[in-house]
Amino acid sequence: MWDNIMVLVAAPVFNIQLLLDGIFIGAIFALAAYGLALVWGVMNVKNLAQGELVIMGGYFAYVATLYGIHPLWALIPAFFIMFGFGWVVYKLIISKVIERDLFTSLLATFGLALVIQQGLNLAFGPEVQTANSGMAIRSIFDGLVTVADIRILSLIICAILAGAVVLFMKKSRMGQAIRATSQDARAARVMGINTERVYAFTFALNAAICGAAGVLISMIWVIQPFYGVPHSIRAFVVVTAAGLGNLPGVIIAALGLGVAEQYSGFILGAEFQQATVVILLILVLMWRQFQMSKTRQVVQ
Amino acid sequence: MNKENYVIAAVVIFGVAAPFLFPNYMVQISLLWIMILFALTWDTLGGQMGYNSLGNITFFGVGMYISAIVQVGMVYDVALYASPDGAALTGNFAPTQYFTGLGLGILAAAVGNVILAILLSQIFFGLRGPYFAIGTLGLALAAGELLGAWDYVGGSGGIALPVFPFDPTTQKFFFYFLCLAAAFLTFAFLRWLYKTRFGLAINAIRDDEEKADAMGIHTKRHKTVAWCTSAFFLGISGALFGNMTGFIEPLEVAFPTVTFGIFMVAMALLGGKGTLWGPVLGAFVFHTVKELTWTYLLGWQWIALGALIILNTVYFQQGILGWAREKWPETFGITVDKDMSSGSEERGTS
Repeated sequence: MWDNIMVLVAAPVFNIQLLLDGIFIGAIFALAAYGLALVWGVMNVKNLAQGELVIMGGYFAYVATLYGIHPLWALIPAFFIMFGFGWVVYKLIISKVIERDLFTSLLATFGLALVIQQGLNLAFGPEVQTANSGMAIRSIFDGLVTVADIRILSLIICAILAGAVVLFMKKSRMGQAIRATSQDARAARVMGINTERVYAFTFALNAAICGAAGVLISMIWVIQPFYGVPHSIRAFVVVTAAGLGNLPGVIIAALGLGVAEQYSGFILGAEFQQATVVILLILVLMWRQFQMSKTRQVVQ
Repeated sequence: MNKENYVIAAVVIFGVAAPFLFPNYMVQISLLWIMILFALTWDTLGGQMGYNSLGNITFFGVGMYISAIVQVGMVYDVALYASPDGAALTGNFAPTQYFTGLGLGILAAAVGNVILAILLSQIFFGLRGPYFAIGTLGLALAAGELLGAWDYVGGSGGIALPVFPFDPTTQKFFFYFLCLAAAFLTFAFLRWLYKTRFGLAINAIRDDEEKADAMGIHTKRHKTVAWCTSAFFLGISGALFGNMTGFIEPLEVAFPTVTFGIFMVAMALLGGKGTLWGPVLGAFVFHTVKELTWTYLLGWQWIALGALIILNTVYFQQGILGWAREKWPETFGITVDKDMSSGSEERGTS
C-alpha cells in the first residue's frame, strides 16, 4: 500500500491517469445517479434496481458487437427499448407501491433487481463482457498516460445527454409537468396534470437514461449480470451525498466518486474497489446523520 | 393449556421425530430450523420494531468467523492453519479439543456479535426507514469484501473448520439437534420477550418513533437491545452452519447477501411480519417449497425468487398469517363486534 502511494508521489503523472479515468467513469455514474434522483424526487420511490437497468443497457451494446454493428449505434435502441421497459415496469410494479411505505418500494425494486440480473445471467451467461469500440488509444506525456478515444467520446455523449435531459425538464410540457408533480402531486392533479402518466414517464425516462449509461459503461468498462448492485450503491452514494434536486452536486459527487474509486483501486488493490464504494456509502450516510443531529433535538 | 401450547408441542415432537422418520433429509430439515431462526430474528427488527434490515446476514457471517477463529485458535496458530500448509491439520482435533472448541466457539460467536451490534447500532440507528435498509445492505456487502481480503482467516479462499471427530451420521444427528435447540431457544426467548414491556416498547417505536420517544421510552437503548438479541441468535446459527458445512469462505457461505440475506426478509414477509408465528410459518412454507421445486426450475429459480418477493411485497403484504387473521379473527382471540362489522358491511353494500 505504501509502495503504491510512493509511486504516486514519485511520478505525479500517474495521478493524471487516475484523475482522468475517474472522471470518465464518474460522468457515467452521474447519469445513473441523476435518474435515481429524478425517480426519488418525483415519486419518492427508491429504486434499488437502478444498477440492473444500467447493466441491461450495456447488453444492448454487447449484442450489437455480436452482430458486427458498432456498439455506439446501440445507444438509440437502448434508449428507446429501455424507455418501454421502464414504462411496463412502472405499470406492473412501481404504480402499486408508490403510495405505500418506503420499504415496500425498496423491497419490490430489490425483487426486480434479482429478476433482471438472473434473467441476464440466463440469457448471456455469467462471463464479464465488454463491447469493443475499436477506437484508437492516444498516449500523452510520453506514453505515461493513455486515453482511449472512446472515453473522450463517452464523456461528450454524457454531457450531451445530461444537457438534453435538463433542457427537456426545463422547456417541454412534460418536463414542466414532472417538475410540478414533484413539487406537489395533489396540486398538480388539481391543475389537470395526469400524474399517473407523469409517474410512468418519469420512471421510463429513468430507465432510458440508465440504458444509455449502460451502453457507455460497456464500451469503456466491463459489464456482467451481477455488476448491477455496485452501480445501484454508487447511485445511492452520489444522490445521498448531493441531495435531491441538486444537479451540480450530483455531477461533482459522481466525478468525485469515480476518482476516489480509481485511487483506492490503485493504492489498496483492485479487490478493494467495490469495498470502497460500500464504505463510502456508510460514511456518507453517517455524515448526513451527523449533519441532521445538529438540528435534531433529542432527549438523552 | 391453550391452543398455542399444543402447536408448540406438535412442532417440537415433529422436530425430535423428524431425523428418525426422514433420515435422508436430515440436512435439509436442519437447515429448516436455521431458516426459522433467520426469519424470527429478522422479524425482531423488521416486523416488531419497524427497522427493515437488509444486512442482518452480517451477524451470521461474523459469528461463523468468530467461532472458526476460536475453534482453531485454541489448538493451532490460525494463520498457519488457514494457509495451504495447514490443510493437514483440519482432521487433527481430539474429541475433547473439538467439543470444548465448539462450545466456546458458539459462545464467543454469540457474545462477539452482541458487542458488534452495540458498536454498529451507534452508527446505524441514526438512519431511518429506507436509509437503514440501504446502509445495512452496504454493511453486509462490505463485510464480505473485507473478510475476503483478510489473509489471517484464509482470505477469499476460505478456511476449513475442524473435522467432527466421529462418523458422519453422528455428526448429522449432533448438529441437527443443535439447530433444533437453537431455533427453539430463539422462539421461546422471543415469545417471552414480546410479552414483556420491552415488546410493547419496540412496537411503539415501529408505530411512531417520535411519539415513543416523547412518551419517555429510551428509543436508542431499546433499538440497541433488539439488535443485540437478533445478533446473539444469528451468531449461534452462523457458528452451527459453519460447522455443519465444514468449510467457510466469505462470499458464498458466510455473507450470502442475495441468498440467505434475502430469504430472511422473504420468509418473514411471506408468513406475515410483526407476528410471532408468521416468520415460523413463512420459513416452513418457503423452505419446503424451495427444497421441493428448486432443482426442477433449471436456473429459473432465482427469477422465481425475485418474482415471489415482488408479488409478496406488492400484492400480499400482510403475509399468510396476516391474511388468516383478517379472514378468521375469532381464531386469533380477536373479539369481533358483530353489530359493528355487519353494520359496516351494510354500509359497504348500499
